[in-house]
Amino acid sequence: MALDKFFRRRRPQVNPVAETETPDLWGKCPQCKENVYLRDLAAGAYVCPSCGLHHRLGASRRAEVLCDSPLEQWSGRVHPVDALKFHDTESYPERLKRAQLKTGRPDAILTGRGSIEGVDVVVAIMDFEFSGGSMGSVVGEEIARAAERAAQMGLPLVLVAASGGARMQESALSLMQMAKTTIALEALSARGLPYISVLTDPTTGGVTASFATIADVIVAEPGALIGFAGPRVIQQTIRQSLPEGFQRAEFLLEHGMVDMIVDRRQQRSDLAKLLRLLMHQPVPVAQAQAASSQAASTQVAP
Amino acid sequence: MSSPTRPTAETLRTLEAHIRDLEGTALSSGQNLDAALSPLREQLERLRGQVSLSRWERVQLARIAGRPTALEYVERLTSEFVELHGDRTFGDDQALIGGPARWQGRPVMLLLQQKGRDTKDKIRRRFGSSNPEGYRKAIRLMDLADKFRLPVVALIDTQGAYPGLEAEERGQGWAIAQSIQRMSRLRVPTVCAVIGEGGSGGALAIGIGNRVLIMENAWYSVISPEGAASIIWKDSAKAPEAAEALKLTAPDLLEMGIVEEIIPEPTGGAHLDIDAAAAALGEAVSRHLDELGTQSPDEWLSGRAARFRKLGAFTES
Ligand SMILES: [Zn+2]
Repeated sequence: MALDKFFRRRRPQVNPVAETETPDLWGKCPQCKENVYLRDLAAGAYVCPSCGLHHRLGASRRAEVLCDSPLEQWSGRVHPVDALKFHDTESYPERLKRAQLKTGRPDAILTGRGSIEGVDVVVAIMDFEFSGGSMGSVVGEEIARAAERAAQMGLPLVLVAASGGARMQESALSLMQMAKTTIALEALSARGLPYISVLTDPTTGGVTASFATIADVIVAEPGALIGFAGPRVIQQTIRQSLPEGFQRAEFLLEHGMVDMIVDRRQQRSDLAKLLRLLMHQPVPVAQAQAASSQAASTQVAP
Repeated sequence: MSSPTRPTAETLRTLEAHIRDLEGTALSSGQNLDAALSPLREQLERLRGQVSLSRWERVQLARIAGRPTALEYVERLTSEFVELHGDRTFGDDQALIGGPARWQGRPVMLLLQQKGRDTKDKIRRRFGSSNPEGYRKAIRLMDLADKFRLPVVALIDTQGAYPGLEAEERGQGWAIAQSIQRMSRLRVPTVCAVIGEGGSGGALAIGIGNRVLIMENAWYSVISPEGAASIIWKDSAKAPEAAEALKLTAPDLLEMGIVEEIIPEPTGGAHLDIDAAAAALGEAVSRHLDELGTQSPDEWLSGRAARFRKLGAFTES
């Protein structure tokens, strides 16, 4: 369930709750039905303190949870256009306008420079709240630029995927973003810079078949739905019900498709640790001291 | 959209059937029916010239029974095709096949999406929809292409990667992404042609060409018309409307800059004259291979990257 709905159900008059505000209220967890004080939820990276449900996050909240301080934002200047004059039940420009009003960004991606526990990084965060995080030309272009700029600056790239797949309204142009992003990421490989993707609920379709799964290290959030074909399409094809937990992060770990599942509350320290190792950066002084004093005390007690 | 007076593919087929009947009668009875036949033949030629197909009619032509599959073209355009099997990890996918061959005399590495020709063959090949092993075999063949400096010729014809339970277990998305990545890294020229259906990532996986060509009645899109219709209208029967909206035909793709060239088909579709369709495909692919042949490995690599880097539509403030 989207977090905005979680808030709205408790207090419909706070509609819509601006993504960065944290209203002083409580809500019921959709999974365990426990009452959760929303301030506690926010303080705990929007993970339910009683059952561990990882709520879906919009891109701004995700950036807050992931980075030390506000991003130096790069995205926002590239805007989508209706190249195909796509019209189904409503026109593509109408859909875009609605999503833009809802999220305050031109398309389903936030990129910029920031740091994770002191490690300088470039981040690219998909915004599921914008049209289901679908990948069109703007998402592709911003990810490509973020990768190329990270390579120029000698910084690693951390990408948070959250997407229902390609953006149908851009048809083949959307499809081509799979190639564009994959090729742009070569700039990081060429310079020996790490690229880490964090797959969140849900990551499906074209995103799974391009940039999200060619990362050096693939991290998944607990319980996230991750796959190429959607469960409904598969069910229609094979005409039998799908096994429990199919296409969930734990299923993918078991099948060797992701490197690790990391609880969101642990992601900052785990990502920073990994990046420091891959980038030959020293352990921060404070942590090194803590570790050595721990080692010393371990020596005393046999 | 169709206007009531415009001849459709159906009109042509009806007329063709009528002519065939008369020809049959003439043959079996020994009568001379030329007086009746020649105006009909002239009319057919005239209509063929006028026919402008709707997007949905082209999708139907791309799928029509008897439409040449990749192997029909390979039989006519190559010699010494040596099919190589298996991904060395799990199995051998029959929807995506390949190996070295001589393309009108030029040594190349073929990557072919093969739909199957009769019912049994179609089932064995899952109607051209690959499991991850297909893409992993393609990656292996691309390794060989690089090692032995063989240009890659890819013939694309799939409704999409196979959406199955086991495909997901074995990393369908991962395999496609890796195939895209591997193809973008090739230090040999790559020429791709969409010969029938170009469905989504499953098609793009072998579509990273220095040149991407498309047959006149083929389609290429991020989703099939049926898939789009079931998402938009919850009704796959609205596929004709979805086909219009998706702008998935060869002329649409040329306009978007996604393909370099449209390969003309015999009037009424490639299935009506497979030899002629093959000749046109062979000529176009050979011409692009020869043009690219004058470049260096760095140019093939950077040219391909630049080609895909610029695709997309957006404005900047
Ligand atoms: Zn809970």
